[in-house]
Amino acid sequence: MQEQTEQYTFDFLNETAEITAESSDELQIKLGQFAGPLDLLLYLIRQEQANIFDIPIATITDEYVKYVRLMKKLDIAVAADFLVMAAQLIEIKSRMLLPRDPNVAEDDEIEDPRKELVDRLLEYEKFKSAAQMLYEKSTVEQAVFQRGKIESDENNAEISATVFDLITVFQKIVARQKDEIQMEIAREEVSLADMIKMLRKRIFEENELSLLAFFEEMHNRRELVTAFVAVLEIVRTESVKLVQKATFDDIILRKV
Amino acid sequence: MTDTEIEPTETAARSTSELIAVIEALIFVADEPITVRTLAEVLGEDKENVQVAVDALREEYENRESGLQIREIGGGWQIATRTELHDSVRTFLKTKPSAKLSLASLETLSVIAYKQPVTIPEILEIRGVQSASAIKTLLEKRLIVTKGHKETVGHPMQYGTSKEFLIHFGLKDLTELPSIEDFEDLVK
Repeated sequence: MQEQTEQYTFDFLNETAEITAESSDELQIKLGQFAGPLDLLLYLIRQEQANIFDIPIATITDEYVKYVRLMKKLDIAVAADFLVMAAQLIEIKSRMLLPRDPNVAEDDEIEDPRKELVDRLLEYEKFKSAAQMLYEKSTVEQAVFQRGKIESDENNAEISATVFDLITVFQKIVARQKDEIQMEIAREEVSLADMIKMLRKRIFEENELSLLAFFEEMHNRRELVTAFVAVLEIVRTESVKLVQKATFDDIILRKV
Repeated sequence: MTDTEIEPTETAARSTSELIAVIEALIFVADEPITVRTLAEVLGEDKENVQVAVDALREEYENRESGLQIREIGGGWQIATRTELHDSVRTFLKTKPSAKLSLASLETLSVIAYKQPVTIPEILEIRGVQSASAIKTLLEKRLIVTKGHKETVGHPMQYGTSKEFLIHFGLKDLTELPSIEDFEDLVK
């Protein structure tokens, strides 16, 4: 059940990202992960107990830049997106410092340079809350168990295969082909259109077609690639289904 | 096994209680949520009759406070243990809750769930950070699927959630997700 473990996991309840500064030289950081620059910004705004609609941009920018520097110092790879946000913050900060354009009438509303950022933060926070909701739902769902496996499961199980599975099967065959030493004999190239026609005929005559077998009929890499593209095209345009008995198993093309 | 075997061609008129019983058996043996349509096909019954019987079955489990529940998930019906009993079940199965998705993956998934079909640049716009590795994880876990190309410059790939997504998060269908606007009040 647990064969796929992510590089890191995140527990919403216990592991909140946090920076705790004891003194200026002795920085203590508890690095939970900030999911991105917006996440970090929200955290800093919270910590300052600032109003999101009236962000003290100078303070927040300083804090933000400080944090990014710290990440670099600690040799944590800083995603480019964090730097982009730093630049945007500095730009907003400088625009806020500029005196009001004297040519603009007093009562004319000038757009707050922070507005776009606030809108993005608010939009982002909705999805952050939605992510938390999903987290809670999956936790609840993990408390529900289905019956244990029974004999018939293995026989009946059919997963609908995805392009990923297709590629896996394709790679297997390409790897196998590589090992075969073959003589180069000039032969007619099969065009994609012909390949599609042939594939369609096979599926509709045989109802079911094993992709592994089909790919193996190909004589060289070029044909193999054409066959692969033909499969993709058929799946996209025709009413055929890709099914698989088990993950990484052979894929079967079936007429619907 | 032999008790639960059904002749697909058997169309003899069943009483309501017989229909409920046979549906219960099928939901039990099916290894993934079984749709009303499939049930109707296998049993040679009207979909309406099957639906009524499924609802009756679900109620029956509920009324007698069974340790099991008949529930609708991912567009089909499933038999499963009740949430409240997870402690004992887990002790017996000796399992721990399986690995959670990372925060980045969850965020990406929430954007995809609410904005689908959605492209990678559109996800970047909302999250403010690249989501490529999260997308890869989600695709591998089959929680999302590709939904064709968008008719715009560069024809970027669009993504949407899968049936596995519904099953993983215990959802009947996408409409069961709370509206994204409901999160707005939480924010302010």
